[in-house]
Amino acid sequence: MTEGVDPVGLDFNALAYSGRALGSARQAQNVHRWGWWYQAEWRLLGMKAYWTSILGSAVLTPLLYVLAMGIGLGALVDSSSGGVEGVPYLTFVAPGLLVATVVMSSVNELTFPVMGGFKWQKLYFARAATAATPSQVAVGELLAVGVRMVAEAALFWVVLVALGAVDPRWSWLMIGIAALAGMAFGAPLASYSATLEDEGFEFSMIQRFVVMPMFLFAGTFYPLATMPLYLQWIGWISPMWHGTQLARAVAFGLPLTNGEVAMHLGFLVILLAVGIALTVRNFTRRLNR
Amino acid sequence: MSVIEATQLTKVYSDLRAVDAVSFRVATGESFGLLGPNGAGKSTTMRMIGGTSLRTSGTLLVNGLDPETHGPEVRASLGVVPQTDNLDTELNARDNLIMYGRYFGLPYSYLRPKAEELLQFAQLSEKATEKVDNLSGGMKRRLTIARALVNEPSVLLLDEPTTGLDPQARHILWDRLFRLKEQGVTLIVTTHFMDEAEQLCDRLLVMDHGQIVAEGSPAALIQQYSTREVLELRFGSDRNVALVERLRGYADSIEALPDRLLLYTADGEAVLARVRADGLDPVTSLVRRASLEDVFLRLTGRSLID
Ligand SMILES: Nc1ncnc2c1ncn2[C@@H]1O[C@H](COP(=O)(O)OP(=O)(O)O)[C@@H](O)[C@H]1O
Ligand SMILES: [Mg+2]
Repeated sequence: MTEGVDPVGLDFNALAYSGRALGSARQAQNVHRWGWWYQAEWRLLGMKAYWTSILGSAVLTPLLYVLAMGIGLGALVDSSSGGVEGVPYLTFVAPGLLVATVVMSSVNELTFPVMGGFKWQKLYFARAATAATPSQVAVGELLAVGVRMVAEAALFWVVLVALGAVDPRWSWLMIGIAALAGMAFGAPLASYSATLEDEGFEFSMIQRFVVMPMFLFAGTFYPLATMPLYLQWIGWISPMWHGTQLARAVAFGLPLTNGEVAMHLGFLVILLAVGIALTVRNFTRRLNR
Repeated sequence: MSVIEATQLTKVYSDLRAVDAVSFRVATGESFGLLGPNGAGKSTTMRMIGGTSLRTSGTLLVNGLDPETHGPEVRASLGVVPQTDNLDTELNARDNLIMYGRYFGLPYSYLRPKAEELLQFAQLSEKATEKVDNLSGGMKRRLTIARALVNEPSVLLLDEPTTGLDPQARHILWDRLFRLKEQGVTLIVTTHFMDEAEQLCDRLLVMDHGQIVAEGSPAALIQQYSTREVLELRFGSDRNVALVERLRGYADSIEALPDRLLLYTADGEAVLARVRADGLDPVTSLVRRASLEDVFLRLTGRSLID
């Protein structure tokens, strides 16, 4: 028996020090640079388990919406009022549906999965014990969901184009707009999920009293201005409305002043920035207790 | 050189002093243990070493660096086995090792063959493609320990490593950890099992309520705080306590547990013979070598496992 080799043939010298691993200083150097990406990579690989359902819904949702809204409801609206904002109802509603679908996918990705990382599987604690830092874990999580949103929005857009619901020329910009709006809602949501200690009953409240009202009242199905002023604030504070307005501008040329464009973009960017900062802070606090 | 230098290390949770002014050093290549009952502050100490729990006060250097300010550098040289397994239950055994290794900046070209070696170490080669959810508790524990080795750490932090393992698996694991130590890996182990501490550790801190109550090698601790042998006598639960005073002169000291009396003496058989000769007739008796359990009992008046 050679020294360091046990009866089952394990080479303990190679196990402890193979000479193939990077030294710890190099490991740390790589992680300083790429730690956020390792977390994103892991999260994206995890989505493989349900990528068919992500793709399926990104294709099926627009298909169903376009059938119902374009052919059903749209026919009615167009025949009685000649369209909305000067375009057929389907053209009007398609950008809003894209943005709303992407924003709502943040609920799946950034509520229970984030809470579970602290509470059930405790995977974030496993990450915190590696060379990565809590802020890298937080950023990686958000980034992966952002990538998912871009993919989802792109597919949704392709289907809309194929069905003739949008003109492809500038409307591809909706992909980025939808992902921005999605993360402007998703990042603050993730920061909240990271603080929860119980079973996450709060999430069904969020679904009922935040997401649904936003979907119904934030100008997705009709211009915000059609609602009485005392309800319009729901749109003003909703990332969904700000994203939808921008998406309509690029999709069919909804006339927005430069000031309005800056306001919508500014709202989304600021919300996203605050959300990222809070997520980083809350992950760090919880993983350093 | 010291791998770890802790000075007046303290962690306060709201009003609880979980770790209370603890100072110790661990030398390179040493096998160092924290022994104490549940709630003694062992896990908190381990987390502070890894920089995943911020200390309230005191100083701490790991390989010469403060884990709070140099977390990635410190953790790149550590292998952490947490008290409760936190494997990725969605992934299979092999991918758990590979994906964990990614977080040390290690490339797939290194990780793929390394994962096979680690599966062999954990005796899980046949389970490589099995989802973690389908592994037994003992297999998960072994996988968690293998995972901690993926970055070839110079220091292994093992928080209650053999919890959930059957006796045979524990001995195999102790043997493997010992062989790693032979290769120069520093082991830091927490346990509330005295046999584990005796088997695995060159040197121990005995902790209770966040404080160090004793320090030394297992043998030295036993020598210092206990006699060589222990005579265990059972007279039945109602008579045990009543007989403490009568037996006082027979041994160096006596501890009364609810179900038995422990008489500390250099020669257990001789004392047993005297007890019998005096007409005291224990229901059962046992002479054994003193252990760390006895040390803890002498130091705190309580047993390690309650
Ligand atoms: N995150 C926490 N918040 C509050 N109290 C904690 C926390 N973690 C541990 N404690 C308390 O600190 C004490 C020491 O815990 P721990 O370090 O886990 O001990 P051990 O590992 O020796 O069992 C216990 O009383 C425990 O309840
Ligand atoms: Mg513990």
